[in-house]
Amino acid sequence: MLEKHAKIERNSILLLILTVVAVSIGGIVEILPLFRMQMTIEKVEGVRPYTPLELAGQEIYKREGCTTCHSQQVRPLRDEQQRYGHYSLAAESMYDRPFVWGSKRTGPDLARVGGKYSDEWHVAHLKNPRDVVPESIMPTYAFLADTLVRDAKITQKVRALQKLGVPYTDEMVTEAGRDLQLQTLPDEDLAGFRARYGEKVVVRDFDGNPNRLTEMDALVAYLQKLGTDVDFTTYNPDYRIGKTEAK
Amino acid sequence: MTDLAVTDGGASQPIAATGASARPRYNDTLIKYFTIATLFWGVAGFSVGILIAAQMAFPHLNLEPYLTFGRLRPLHTSAVIFAFGGNALLGTSYHVVQRTCRTRLFSDKLGWFTFWGYQAFILMAGLGYVFGVTQSLEYAEPEWYADLWLAIVWVAYLINYVGTLRQRQEKHIYVANWFYMGFIVTIAILHIVNNMALPVSLTSVHSYSAWSGVQSAMIQWWYGHNAVAFFLTAGFLGMMYYFVPKQANRPIYSYRLSIIHFWSLIFIYMWAGPHHLIYTSLPDWAQTLGMTFSIMLWMPSWGGMINGMMSLSGAWHKLRDDPVLQFMIIALAFYGMATFEGPLLSIKAVNSLSHYTEWTIGHVHAGVLGWNGFITFGALYYLVPNLWKTRMYSVKLISVHLWVATIGIVLYITSMWVAGIMQGLMWRAYNEMGFLTYSFVETVQAMHIYYAIRVLGGVLYLSGALVMVYNVWKTIRMAPSVAAEAHALKSEVA
Repeated sequence: MLEKHAKIERNSILLLILTVVAVSIGGIVEILPLFRMQMTIEKVEGVRPYTPLELAGQEIYKREGCTTCHSQQVRPLRDEQQRYGHYSLAAESMYDRPFVWGSKRTGPDLARVGGKYSDEWHVAHLKNPRDVVPESIMPTYAFLADTLVRDAKITQKVRALQKLGVPYTDEMVTEAGRDLQLQTLPDEDLAGFRARYGEKVVVRDFDGNPNRLTEMDALVAYLQKLGTDVDFTTYNPDYRIGKTEAK
Repeated sequence: MTDLAVTDGGASQPIAATGASARPRYNDTLIKYFTIATLFWGVAGFSVGILIAAQMAFPHLNLEPYLTFGRLRPLHTSAVIFAFGGNALLGTSYHVVQRTCRTRLFSDKLGWFTFWGYQAFILMAGLGYVFGVTQSLEYAEPEWYADLWLAIVWVAYLINYVGTLRQRQEKHIYVANWFYMGFIVTIAILHIVNNMALPVSLTSVHSYSAWSGVQSAMIQWWYGHNAVAFFLTAGFLGMMYYFVPKQANRPIYSYRLSIIHFWSLIFIYMWAGPHHLIYTSLPDWAQTLGMTFSIMLWMPSWGGMINGMMSLSGAWHKLRDDPVLQFMIIALAFYGMATFEGPLLSIKAVNSLSHYTEWTIGHVHAGVLGWNGFITFGALYYLVPNLWKTRMYSVKLISVHLWVATIGIVLYITSMWVAGIMQGLMWRAYNEMGFLTYSFVETVQAMHIYYAIRVLGGVLYLSGALVMVYNVWKTIRMAPSVAAEAHALKSEVA
């Protein structure tokens, strides 16, 4: 062995090439099949791309490093399902680029936080978490309520995601700027918006200030959407077994 | 076997024997710059670490919008891993490759480009976080423009490194260089694949990842775990394979073990990523593969630790009064501990308790503070007198640094063990009625005292580093006057 290895350690390029081969195998075996195997992402009804406002909200979520303390991935363990709800499905994060599952729970998991608290609660909590949860150690984010959503690039953002394969229609791209505003204006004509994103999308003023579109609107809209796409009363966890297991 | 270890493996021997006059001219100025940068970023990174640790104990220390935990946490991790660790790796690798190949760097210009280019990357990344520019990928937060820049700097580094190896005056490539080169080329692959993204536009700092959802998670942790494997392990093992034998003035314990260690480590590590995604929506086959290979990793890791520690065979007495050697051996002990804990945490049943908790944070810090930090301090205490042709200002202060920092680490990891296990148990506790016993915020409350202890641990670790900065500063200041006493440290210490 030593004699044979001496050949490698006398030739830097050979050593380099063999190193690249050795380090490539694991990744190839573990990553490539995830793009080929149909079972990687289960087929479920209801998962839709983010609206422009939710997309802006997710951008704030990433910008503020919410992922450093909050996971978005409920594991199939008894206590987690009781605390947070149904375990997370791969399909539920298929439009996240990149994923925002997180790796730490300094605060609770947020994968299914949508609809659990009122908008008012979220706004109060984000402004000063200790006003509603006295023991909380979360930073305050009061400035979100005073910061307007910068929307100059929203069309380009939706288009970039469309290019990457997120199923946004051309109409969704061209209307992105208007749709961003519309989601907080329930009194406007919403027929087009609803046709594009579905009837389930929540349209309302999220931050309690109907005159302005703030980052608070965007972030709360995003949080209220999390985990609400799939209807788990009809979801069948094992499509191979069939109907009887559904309920 | 022993013979081979001396002639091929013992980088120290041929060079030391030839003496100063026969030595080729090395580029030492560059190494000095990297040494100073390492210390500077170390202090900066540890300080931010203390701030964010304090923010978890005392949330009022968060100052929105720029100085919140969420924005500062990547600043801390990047500063310590990529700025402190990175400068240590680049500097020591350039030093080691010149010495063990008995040749000057392939290109001084590329060397300086990598130095300034790398510092520019650090600034680009760090400023980005504070101003909210991030991909939100752990340890890969910098956005596309900084990623592109780093890719250029890194390719220059690879070219310079391989170029230096190719012009070597030694027949064999010394084992430290296998690890350094493995680190450089693999980090290039990981960095490029994980950061594939489409910028929103050329004038936008934002981008969207080419990967989404579950594939994005797998690729991120293939990257993330191997940033640990190649940045924090393979690179620092290169450091270990040169500086431990040098400081002990003994050859590496086993040449054969070095070969097995190298190939098994780099091959197996690349499979371990999915252990960060156990019980998530990643397919189960991938999780199980990740867990299996993580457990297998225990062996090559300990093989490396044994190879380093046993290099002291016949020279154990040196450990008694050489604090530099003590740094290196304690580093290897922490390496052994962290690489035992890692496989343990990757077992599904253990992971279901430990994942998402402070236990992971404690585990990582046993590795980075104990292994990466201490082996770096050891290497720098060897390098500084060597580069400035003097001896350390105070050997006693090296000891002070060692023990203050060690106590700091012990406080840090024990508090996080207790906190993490408690957290995991509280989350899953049920009362006799079959309901969850604790609300989430009760588990947050229970963490307070441990967060406070951790701050203290961090303060001690930083204090040790400041003692080192003082010691190094005094050493450099007195350098010219005692130039004649070059390398006196070794005789004094030994």
